[in-house]
Amino acid sequence: MGRLSRATWLYIGTVVAAAAFVIARSPHQGIPWSRLAVLAVLFLVCESVPTAITPRRVAWSPGYAATLASVVLLGPFGAALTGVVSLFSLRRGPTPPQRIFNGAMYALSAYGAGQVFLALGGTVGVPTGASFPKIIGPFAGAAAAHIVANYGLVAGVLWLTSGADRSQARGRGVLDLRLPLPDFGFAVFGLLIAALWSVVGPFAAILVLIPLYVARWAIAQFADQQRAYEATLRVLCQAVETKDFYTRGHSERVSKGSVMIARAIGMRSERAEAIRFAGMLHDVGKLGVPTKVLQKTGKLTEEEYAAIQLHPMRGLEIIREIGFLDEALAGIMHHHERIDGRGYPMGLAGDEIPEFARVLAVADAFDCMTSTRSYRGARSLAEAITELRRCSGTQFDPAFVDALVAAVEREGWQSPDVPVPPPGEPATAAAHDHDDPVVPLRVMGRR
Amino acid sequence: MSVSQDRLATTGLQARSRRTGGYGQRLLVAASGLLVAGCIAQSVTAGVVAARSAIAFAALIALGELLRLNLPGDREGAPIGTACALAYALLIRVGSVPARHSAFQVVAVAGAGMALGVLPHLAVGRPARTVGMASRLLAVACAAVVFRPLAGTSDIVRHWWAALAVMTALVTVAWLVDVVIAACIRADTLRGRLWVTFTDELRVQGLLGVAVGASALLIAFAAEAMGLVAVAVFLAPLLVTQVAFRRYAGIRATYLQTVRALARVTEIGGYVETGHADRVSRLAVAVGRELGMTEPELLELQYAALIHDIGQLSLQDPIPGGATVLVSPEDQRRIAELGAGVIQQATMLDRVAEIVRRQSDPCGGTSRCPSGPVPGPVPGAPPGQDTDAGQRPARPPLSSRIIRAVNAFDDLVGSSADPGRAAAVVDRLRLDAGAEYDPEVVAALGGIITRRPVVSA
Repeated sequence: MGRLSRATWLYIGTVVAAAAFVIARSPHQGIPWSRLAVLAVLFLVCESVPTAITPRRVAWSPGYAATLASVVLLGPFGAALTGVVSLFSLRRGPTPPQRIFNGAMYALSAYGAGQVFLALGGTVGVPTGASFPKIIGPFAGAAAAHIVANYGLVAGVLWLTSGADRSQARGRGVLDLRLPLPDFGFAVFGLLIAALWSVVGPFAAILVLIPLYVARWAIAQFADQQRAYEATLRVLCQAVETKDFYTRGHSERVSKGSVMIARAIGMRSERAEAIRFAGMLHDVGKLGVPTKVLQKTGKLTEEEYAAIQLHPMRGLEIIREIGFLDEALAGIMHHHERIDGRGYPMGLAGDEIPEFARVLAVADAFDCMTSTRSYRGARSLAEAITELRRCSGTQFDPAFVDALVAAVEREGWQSPDVPVPPPGEPATAAAHDHDDPVVPLRVMGRR
Repeated sequence: MSVSQDRLATTGLQARSRRTGGYGQRLLVAASGLLVAGCIAQSVTAGVVAARSAIAFAALIALGELLRLNLPGDREGAPIGTACALAYALLIRVGSVPARHSAFQVVAVAGAGMALGVLPHLAVGRPARTVGMASRLLAVACAAVVFRPLAGTSDIVRHWWAALAVMTALVTVAWLVDVVIAACIRADTLRGRLWVTFTDELRVQGLLGVAVGASALLIAFAAEAMGLVAVAVFLAPLLVTQVAFRRYAGIRATYLQTVRALARVTEIGGYVETGHADRVSRLAVAVGRELGMTEPELLELQYAALIHDIGQLSLQDPIPGGATVLVSPEDQRRIAELGAGVIQQATMLDRVAEIVRRQSDPCGGTSRCPSGPVPGPVPGAPPGQDTDAGQRPARPPLSSRIIRAVNAFDDLVGSSADPGRAAAVVDRLRLDAGAEYDPEVVAALGGIITRRPVVSA
């Protein structure tokens, strides 16, 4: 964070000055210092634990629990002092200017929260049984003020440094500007700590935080397993591609294309995720097709053609038990159906074909046409789009063709490089690809 | 949901326990059933003390039993129910009113709550899992028996730190009771070693147990601070934990399914006989458990056994019948290397890749395999696959040795259910023990085969 712009320095200076002003101006007497010390340590512990592992939608910022407990137990001034402690965070990430800013920012927003708490009629001090449920309104107001102020101040610094060095600013961990709902959850724990203070004193904090830290551990494990799972899926689709050299990378690109379509038509994020997996695994059933059929140079016999037509079913057989969305399975099973009902394996037509399958079919054909095959070179994007449009309504769902074309025009499309066969590879080269809409499979005895 | 998916890891824990009965387990369930019945009778005749809080806690315990949690390794827990039951046992005051209920009433309330909570599970056809319930109940009973008489004494009431210390100790004891019972049951049904199953339980249940204990104290104190109404609110931290664990267990199950899909790839591709991977993994895990491997090791062994033939995908033509035991050592080694290369792309599976790579190494050259003639590194590993291919340690890891022997066994026996043939194959492997196969592994394998008359079941 060496080269900050003058505006950034000015901003940080203003925040620090404001924090110093409110702290200096407040009355200092009547603060229970030992309680402040305990809460400060608590805040430090919360802030010092690295927050690197936060899978989507699970934010981890228990610091709010400590500062908001301070709001109730100590009042605005004490809460501000608790916030200042983040200067001494044991985390190695932040540079000195970042630390100073963090301390000032927390102090300022905690002070604001304290004032809101008082303004809404909250009483500072250890709550008793009689304080409930009156305390809930002021506390919720304080929590909202704290979170809004925190996000606002951080957004300011992000805005000033964006472009310069966003990644460093992100190192703070709180800076992901998404809906702060999980933070509200942690704020509630601040109230729990304050409520229990009358019975067990500082142990309240420990008792509340232990389950949360265990949760954190479980989430870390979850993230590990998630990574392992995705890596294993990738192995699965690479295993398919070891069989046919020319189709290498095909699964990844179909997956990408399907997600582009899914986004373009505004699919929900879980379904877009499911279609990503479906794209990766759509051809896994090719493993059940003998290599010599896949790489055959002449016309196919009826049996060989049947073997190819069976591959979506084979794919289903392999991945059936994986706990995907069922939609992904249906997509893989039917990705060679055609709108006019002349596809395989079931000959479904129109809307009978699952949506996922119609999306996959478009992405699949598009990638096939824009890649090099042993029997032809890669087509240009324009040619491939023309071809998609030509088959739109007979083979493909026009809506998804439009969606893909729009997405490709907006985001571009990375066609694969021309593959160079490795030295050990057999000289035989396939004369067909079952995905290719321009060169249909040639079967003996048919035209 | 993930019960059936995680089952392979435990080789049909439930099925086995149902078949062989397990007198200890039946005794446990019967004893705790009688205990609950007796306590309910006693509480009703003596009169229920503070009925409102009894009903409130019974409802919370029922809720906790309803929200059971699947844990890795076909375990099931009810963290919220346990925390609430322990909290009821450790209650000192509700608001400003001292809690005077007896230990009998604690057991009665916990038992009634659990019974209530299990009804919806039964209604949708899920197993009741009475053994787990019994063990949780006994843990709670232990805490209640010690603490209820103490709850009225002046010291505990006056000093919160004394109460905290006693409660912490009791929660720990209760947790240990639960863990020890679970370990004994696992050792019994899975034929594992008690010490190994105990450390496994500690590993799996440890952190969750800490969370449950802390929450129990939290609820007990919260009832004092804010009365009954607020008690449910204090379940919030534990609920967060439960959600996190649920997601973890879910992705773990999905992961295992993915590895199994990877195993099916070779079968669908016609490289190996259908069911081979599944049989090898079941048998390998059984052997591993016999040899005292811990649960994380068993999981890796299971993964490796499931995908040990993945290297065959790179072959131009499938080996007849997929039986790697019949091809030359060089080819075996090549397949193992290729397989390890494939698996290594999933970086999390590095150790599994190593197990698969070393499965082709004969068990030779150390003192533990007395007749082994091959000292030092194994020559002839293909270049470029691995940096330390030239300087392998003399002895493959135990998991690799297990897979090597079990794979050979399954290649030779196939899906045949003939016990005579299985015994003959084990005898044949015994001839090669030392040089090719680990004698200990072969001995364990032989033991399992004679115990289990139908291998393919």
